[in-house]
Amino acid sequence: MGGLLGRTRFAAIDDVSFSLEAARPEIFAIIGESGSGKTTLARMILNTLAPSKGIIRFLGEDISRFRGRREQLQFMRKVQPIFQNPFEAFNPLKRVDRYLFASAYHFAGHHGRAGREAAADEALKKVGLSLAEVKGRFPHELSGGQLQRAAIARALISSPALIVADEPVSMVDASLRMSIVNLFKTLRDELRVSIIYITHDLATAYYISDRVLIMQKGKVVETGPARQVLSNPQHPYTVLLRESILSPDDVDKSHLAGAA
Amino acid sequence: MDVALSVRDLRAYYLTSHFGVEREVRAVDDITLSVEKKEIYGIAGESSCGKSTFIRTIAAAIRPPLRVLGGSIRYSFLDRDLYDLDERALTEMRWKHLSCILQGSMNVLNPVRRVRESFKDFASPHMGLARSVFFDAVKAHLNRLRLSPTVLSAFPHELSGGMRQRVAIALATVCRPEFIIADEPTTALDVVVQKDVLALILEMQREIGSSMIFVTHDLTVHANISNRLGIMYAGRLVEEGSTRDILRDPMHPYTRHLIASLPRIGDVTPKKGLSGAPPSLADPPSGCRFHPRCPLAMDICRQAHPELTALAPGRRVACYAVSPLVQPAHEAAAARKATKADKSAAFLQ
Repeated sequence: MGGLLGRTRFAAIDDVSFSLEAARPEIFAIIGESGSGKTTLARMILNTLAPSKGIIRFLGEDISRFRGRREQLQFMRKVQPIFQNPFEAFNPLKRVDRYLFASAYHFAGHHGRAGREAAADEALKKVGLSLAEVKGRFPHELSGGQLQRAAIARALISSPALIVADEPVSMVDASLRMSIVNLFKTLRDELRVSIIYITHDLATAYYISDRVLIMQKGKVVETGPARQVLSNPQHPYTVLLRESILSPDDVDKSHLAGAA
Repeated sequence: MDVALSVRDLRAYYLTSHFGVEREVRAVDDITLSVEKKEIYGIAGESSCGKSTFIRTIAAAIRPPLRVLGGSIRYSFLDRDLYDLDERALTEMRWKHLSCILQGSMNVLNPVRRVRESFKDFASPHMGLARSVFFDAVKAHLNRLRLSPTVLSAFPHELSGGMRQRVAIALATVCRPEFIIADEPTTALDVVVQKDVLALILEMQREIGSSMIFVTHDLTVHANISNRLGIMYAGRLVEEGSTRDILRDPMHPYTRHLIASLPRIGDVTPKKGLSGAPPSLADPPSGCRFHPRCPLAMDICRQAHPELTALAPGRRVACYAVSPLVQPAHEAAAARKATKADKSAAFLQ
């Protein structure tokens, strides 16, 4: 319960350790309820927030040691974010293609117009869109699913090694959700990108991830191979999460009747 | 069974005219449905399919550019059509007979006033009780919802999402209304809290014995809470039936896809997303609005939109591919008119 908190020091992330191997791309799901520190963790991995203690290493380098724009850009080239709500991630007054071109300019070094457009088009093709569909359009002119794909395409321009996706499908329509989730699978298998998939949706995490990490109030309570942890949870909190998932199969025996 | 709400041929469009360009967005197009007493009627559909417009229309909470262009809405507690009421009668009705639980409870509760004031504003005029008696009743009600009376003196931002949503439920149920409209009440909550809030809604609905329209895009929530289910696509109802029938045996290709793509724990078979994008309601596809994305589309689907046809007791589907009984809507309407004329002619003779 967040509730009637005063002004206390708050350990949003408390003693969390994990590692992903560069040579073996995987989808690593971080699961937890709101307030469990998932987003704070994502920000620290993206190096926009410095940890109070501890080290985050990327390819052996401590990311808090990066000084200056060049080193930071170098890091951003390899680690890219995707955010929850694409309508909030994009400025409503800015055309979507400008984000793609800016990424191509800064991260992929395409200074000419033709190169930028080619890079944007190539990235958009990877997510099932094309530059012709996106060019000159404002965010509100695209559907949520298209916009989220465009966000993923933008992240792909610099050919990153790691994508940090913070609740990427929770704002996307049910009919399009699985196509985004499947896209992550394709990215892992074909482009060999590792993905940190932050979510509270256990069902999609079970569907796509290789490993999961369950967080509660900033602490890791359980971690391991996704299928194993989610089908046979050990920690009481994971068990609680597992039992709270509603399923379409509950139609005969409502989960809620017992609770009510 | 008694009918609590009956909606017939409801059409509500957004009509705008900017710089001489007229636009109409057909957010609710020819919806006919009825909700029985003590029933939870679920409405499912993706965003921009018109479900929020629909509930705004049946709650008489519309303002321009949204306009109701036709149809009737009748509640059991009203003696006439909802849109024949004047402003005073509407105010009288709201909260006492018809209340809402909305998605962002932050939007219901005034962020700069304490929760107590919201109760005073919303519920007090309808209960007609003296101040102290009223707050005793509110406290007793909060207690039933397992909320401490101290929330009354809190500001909305001081409460967690789940608590805020429970306060919103308390507000919506304190006058014991006959009809409750719930619009995505648990969408912003995480799984553990969602389950508690849903259980609470169900418990309250049973205790008060009210009817409910429950809107969410999440079919797993519907599986747990709704008795009957209506699936909306692009402003139209495409399938309706008991929740069990729809989840077990979906008939409309859109519903089939929605249910087949639900991820489940323990199931690793590949799930497909639907290709294409939801249609724009300002310029909907001709004929059946699902045809550009439909795997079963035939020629007729592009020409005339299918009538929502009863194929089994309590089961209505609007798809030509499902049954030959489904007719184009204009032909079905003409046929209805003809039989009506026949009947009245027979009556006159």
